[in-house]
Amino acid sequence: MRTNSRNFYLIPYVLWIALFVVTPLLLVLYYSFFDIEGHFTLENYRKFFTPVYLKMTLSSFWYAFLITLFSLLIAYPTAYLLTKTKHKQLWLLLIILPSWINLLLKAYAFLGIFGTYGAANSFLEALGIGGRQILFTDFSFIFVSVYIFLPFMILPIFNSLDELNPTLLDASNDLGGSSWVTFKRVIFPLTLDGVKAGCQIVFIPALSLFMLTRLIAGNRVITLGTAIEQHFLVTQDWGMGSTIAVFLIIAMVFIMVLTGRRKRGIL
Amino acid sequence: MKKLIQALAAVLIVSFALLYIVSGLNSSQGYTSGNTLTIFNWGDYIDADLVKKFEQETGIKVIYETFDSNEAMMTKIEQGGTAYDIAVPSEYAIEKMKEEDLLLPVDHSKIPNLKYIDQRFMDLPFDPGNEYSIPYFWGTVGILYNTDILGDKKITSWNDLWDPELKNQILLIDGAREVMGMGLNSLHYSLNDKNKDHLTEAKEKLDGLTPNIKAIVGDEIRMLMENDEAGIGVVWSGTAQELMWEKDNLEYVVPEEGSNLWFDNMVIPKTAKNPEAAHQFMNFILDPENAAQNTEYVGYSTPNKEALKYMDEETTTDERFYPDEELTARLEVYENLGKKMLAYYNELYLEFKMHKK
Repeated sequence: MRTNSRNFYLIPYVLWIALFVVTPLLLVLYYSFFDIEGHFTLENYRKFFTPVYLKMTLSSFWYAFLITLFSLLIAYPTAYLLTKTKHKQLWLLLIILPSWINLLLKAYAFLGIFGTYGAANSFLEALGIGGRQILFTDFSFIFVSVYIFLPFMILPIFNSLDELNPTLLDASNDLGGSSWVTFKRVIFPLTLDGVKAGCQIVFIPALSLFMLTRLIAGNRVITLGTAIEQHFLVTQDWGMGSTIAVFLIIAMVFIMVLTGRRKRGIL
Repeated sequence: MKKLIQALAAVLIVSFALLYIVSGLNSSQGYTSGNTLTIFNWGDYIDADLVKKFEQETGIKVIYETFDSNEAMMTKIEQGGTAYDIAVPSEYAIEKMKEEDLLLPVDHSKIPNLKYIDQRFMDLPFDPGNEYSIPYFWGTVGILYNTDILGDKKITSWNDLWDPELKNQILLIDGAREVMGMGLNSLHYSLNDKNKDHLTEAKEKLDGLTPNIKAIVGDEIRMLMENDEAGIGVVWSGTAQELMWEKDNLEYVVPEEGSNLWFDNMVIPKTAKNPEAAHQFMNFILDPENAAQNTEYVGYSTPNKEALKYMDEETTTDERFYPDEELTARLEVYENLGKKMLAYYNELYLEFKMHKK
């Protein structure tokens, strides 16, 4: 009876997973085997291995890597400083706040800021560096993406730093470890799980960014996400779109495994 | 177990109560099924005052939704989630929707104002006898340029865009057919060319344009041109007209090699719930005064001959927006290329977009 009722409680959960996770994945896989005229084919998979799509995959990974790297470089010190502040919850809230605003709205705001006559350029002029093209460059694309993903990188790192047992730092200190050694040998290894989680949360969506590539990078950056969008909405070649999606999913699973958490037995 | 049932029951009760409140609200505002008209149109493509006027005159409530590409619109109509009574596709989309049996025939006897439409825009190849569609607006694709930025430089043709002096000055609209068409036209091929060699040639020619291209964008092009962000934008005529009304430093030209001539027509999708009201609305829009008001708001060219009389003469005699027959003869209407060819166009377009500077 007990197991019965427990299974009963599982129903909504199983239904949800089946309807909104498993079915869509299967549909994507199913569509990927059909060409534009609805014939069964493996052609889409062959096409994926042509230079066009391989190049696109490479550039997606490259940009996602850059975005993750810069997010990490900014997020780690920020998270570290946050744990040292007095009102950390308040500061944390302020950092997370922008992520409540719709991504598109933020992108449009940057269109104005980075424009030829925008705030960023007037600032550069005032500094005497002179105006330059910021919008529609690799720089603006990575900058805006990092800005958007930053809170997602800070949160897990902050949590793992916050959970860090301070006695361990004292111990390291007492045993003569300099602050750099303490960081390298104690703090960083113990917060590695947070870093991994952060990288995962940033890298995976960064792989399939698509609106920003048009708004901020002016289609000078083409990622797999852009190609999927085009295939579904314009070409209506759902087969090819799905095939790209299949490869994206495979890549994501791969990354999840790579950055997967291994539970370690420290405290 | 008991708790779960209670919870489920509570959820169901709340849901039904909400549904009841919604339908109550709808009917109190006049949104009952027989009395609404659902319009599916391009963004910013009608004077909202006209919708209000129509509601007042007829007592019909209008639900207005927008789309940003023919393809997205067709996908939504095919799926049938919302029953649209009127949609406004472009010519090649109408052809496709006809093929896929998505449209209802239009009853001309219910639209007496149809007589005001210029015969030039009736009975076109994509819909012989206007059996399924009624002209709404038409226009061209051309080059909008900023005289402040370009100085004395005159732009008259597509090939002018390849000028090395225009480095990083061009904004393109993100459309495979528009951009590929530009490449084809610059080589004096047809916009509807299906010869793969010609298409590859056009793509390679476009690759050579990349140093001059600043960005390939969507509707933001309007805002970017308005802010003097770039010297040149390849845009639809209506976008150009609207901007030129606001800014004196912009000029529009239909390139001499030829360009695209397009039509947006009103149709009644098969899923329509209120075709009666749809006819009423079409007739309302074709009324010369209403058409004139709408045109002055939207900026595209009206096919309504009578409406021109109510409009500013400066606009209606402007060759760039109301080209004469000689210029129109050089323009081409998009044909439905078929899925396979369209996919090929898109593939080349994607390769072009990936071409690095």
